[in-house]
Amino acid sequence: MKSFLKYREIWLLAGIVVLIGLISTRFPGFANPANLRQVFNDTSILMILALGQMVVILTRSIDLSMASNLCFTGMVVAMLNAAHPAIPIPVLIVVALALGLVLGAINGFLVWRLNIPSIVVTLGTLTIYRGATFVVSGGAWVNADQMSPDFINFQRAALLGLPVLSWIALLVIAVFFLVMTRTAIGRSIYAIGVNPTASVYAGIDVGRTKFIVFCISGMIGGLAGYLWISRYVIASVEVANGYELNIIAACVIGGISIAGGIGSVCGAVLGALFLGIISNALPVINISPFWQMAISGSAIILAVVLNARGERRQGRIILRKAEAA
Amino acid sequence: MDGLDTSMDTTAHHGKADELLPASAPRLTLTGISKSFPGVRALHKVSLSLYPGQVTALIGENGAGKSTLVKIMTGIYQPDSGEIGIDGQATTLPSAHAAFGHGITAIHQETVLFDDLSVAENIFLGHAPRTRFGTIDWRTMRNNAREVLETMRAGHIDADARLKDLGIANKHLVAVARAMSIDARIVIMDEPTAALSMKEIEELFLLIEFLKSEGKAVLFISHKFDEIYRIADRYTVFRDGEMVGEGLLKDATQNEIVRMMVGRNVDHIFPQREPKIGAPVLSVSGLSHPTEFDDISFELRKGEILGFYGLVGAGRSEVMQAIAGITRTSGGTISLDGKTIAPKSAADSIEAGIVYVPEERGKQGVVIGLPIFQNVSLPSLKRTSKSGVLRLAEEFSLARSYTERLDLRASSLSQDVGTLSGGNQQKVVIAKWLATAPKVIILDEPTKGIDIGSKAAVHGFMAELVAQGLSVIMVSSELPEILGMSDRVVVMREGRIAATYDNKGLDAETLVRTAAGIAA
Repeated sequence: MKSFLKYREIWLLAGIVVLIGLISTRFPGFANPANLRQVFNDTSILMILALGQMVVILTRSIDLSMASNLCFTGMVVAMLNAAHPAIPIPVLIVVALALGLVLGAINGFLVWRLNIPSIVVTLGTLTIYRGATFVVSGGAWVNADQMSPDFINFQRAALLGLPVLSWIALLVIAVFFLVMTRTAIGRSIYAIGVNPTASVYAGIDVGRTKFIVFCISGMIGGLAGYLWISRYVIASVEVANGYELNIIAACVIGGISIAGGIGSVCGAVLGALFLGIISNALPVINISPFWQMAISGSAIILAVVLNARGERRQGRIILRKAEAA
Repeated sequence: MDGLDTSMDTTAHHGKADELLPASAPRLTLTGISKSFPGVRALHKVSLSLYPGQVTALIGENGAGKSTLVKIMTGIYQPDSGEIGIDGQATTLPSAHAAFGHGITAIHQETVLFDDLSVAENIFLGHAPRTRFGTIDWRTMRNNAREVLETMRAGHIDADARLKDLGIANKHLVAVARAMSIDARIVIMDEPTAALSMKEIEELFLLIEFLKSEGKAVLFISHKFDEIYRIADRYTVFRDGEMVGEGLLKDATQNEIVRMMVGRNVDHIFPQREPKIGAPVLSVSGLSHPTEFDDISFELRKGEILGFYGLVGAGRSEVMQAIAGITRTSGGTISLDGKTIAPKSAADSIEAGIVYVPEERGKQGVVIGLPIFQNVSLPSLKRTSKSGVLRLAEEFSLARSYTERLDLRASSLSQDVGTLSGGNQQKVVIAKWLATAPKVIILDEPTKGIDIGSKAAVHGFMAELVAQGLSVIMVSSELPEILGMSDRVVVMREGRIAATYDNKGLDAETLVRTAAGIAA
């Protein structure tokens, strides 16, 4: 299975290289390192979110409330900053993580204890969290001039040639990589995605593991909330409206199987980068936003078709070896 | 339907079949069939003939190519070379639909029917009777379903019942009813008895006799020789993808066929043990469940193999799942080494030292998609990790030591378990449980559907375990296994313990009678 995953991710990487090549023919500066660094930075938030969504999807669940969580947490953090500009940014980040964790834990609790399908739970909280944003803000916006300079500039500061935002993304990628490959919880996430029944017999608490993945996706949503608001310097009820679909799209393009159990950190990151490049590059080379949507949509379908094929081949191999061994 | 009574009269029928032998032409012939998959030769120039009104047994160890051949006969795989003839006409089976059209139908090891549809819908799926408006004619369908079931003496099955509410044996009956309803002429039975109890197997045999009397050509795949000799007329033996022998069963002894299968003589003898039985380890008292079992009390002693026998559905697995913390109970106590335990999850039981090796290897045991070493370490993650961080070297050494003890054949421990044969997958499952260092190990149908060689390995290993002071509960529906391995036998019937026997001079008949509730 591993070799096929690699195979798929290499193809995705190749697709990204070809895409960059194509764009460079129209816009020669696109492929230079400074610009690519910029693209990476622009895609950081999507990458982080895709990783949070990935762990949920691996357990055969889905978190539709991530973008609403982002919106709510971002609003609270922005209002906090506007009211108390003296609170240091690291504290605000901890607040964002904690708040996101609480929202994620609510999803996880409903999935775990009340045994409601995650798509239903998070479809509900998608609306609730956005509604809650309206309640706390009274529908008002927090604008750039209400935010402290630190709040806005923290993620833009350059550190060893990269903005802090990019470093945060790299850190999150590294943490997820270690969690998924080197920890018991990472192993359990894959195991319950591949075969929940056998996992129960092996003493893995499927419900609790699902609770944990929703906590993770919630924390990621919260972190992305601060990053998003300080990046686009406006907090409103409309922030990231519908963005949950982009997050899921990044996962799907990255080869994370909606059926659970299959997918990697590398895939989710590449899937997000692919979408990031499309949305970054197409306006530059004068392609209308409607084409952007069509291209993103086609990429999703193509990815699903290729992945489905990969999985089918994998199945065949199991059959043939089982028969012939 | 008038012919049914005579059809059930097996002696009369055998005579008829023998007369037919020289005269009748084969219904299906496969000649020189080869099939390779990248890197693996599954079948090499094999031949097989099926005759109307006769049962041909296809015999071979796991991996001999039986399943591949079945897939070719049902149009799922295409042979690389070779010819398929039906009633003397050369033909091809390019799709499952084409095979269906020729009246070829397969009843599988794990029945492929639709759990959420009714019995009638399952029987007529794809060829349901229509009204003149083109919609499904439910009334006719139900009536036809009842008629087919009654023809098969399976009138006790409600045509409107959901399939998932039926037991495995009844599901098989539905599958056969489906075959009857499409007027199948060639019926393939791929290990149909694997999950059945004695009584249900007898019913299935009556059914096969019925199919014979209807002139169907039956291919019967089984690991069990007593069944093969009971029901089949001819045999074909495969070994490593080649056909190594065929003929009439009355002309071949069991030993001859075993020799063909394995290329050597195998005497399947259960390991000789000198049980050293100690103090009670596990005592269960008054264990109850609202629907599945009631008032279960027994003791398991150190170094003992305790057999659990009963008909399928007697509640044996459910009791074991309760002890393993997977099902909740409504009353009773479980104590281990004198301490009462109340497992709330499988993790609790594993921690206490009780492991349960479930019956359905594919669904409940192996995690296909994960490598061997990760499968082995899955229930031991607590021990192979330190504050949640995995120590891969320890995982590997754990996996290596247990897979070596079980003589697992794999090129690498990083190989996906899905690439292993059934017998080797079973070894991975057992290794994974042993790696938790249990005191009590519960094996649910440990040798179901695995070949003779792997069976002997599992039995030998069980003997080794108890010799080391472990205690084993073995749930099994195979009488030879129960009689050959157990120190004592608990017989369950309808959720209760019917009797407990010392396995000294115990005979199969007593067990079957107790399990079925027939007075001696």
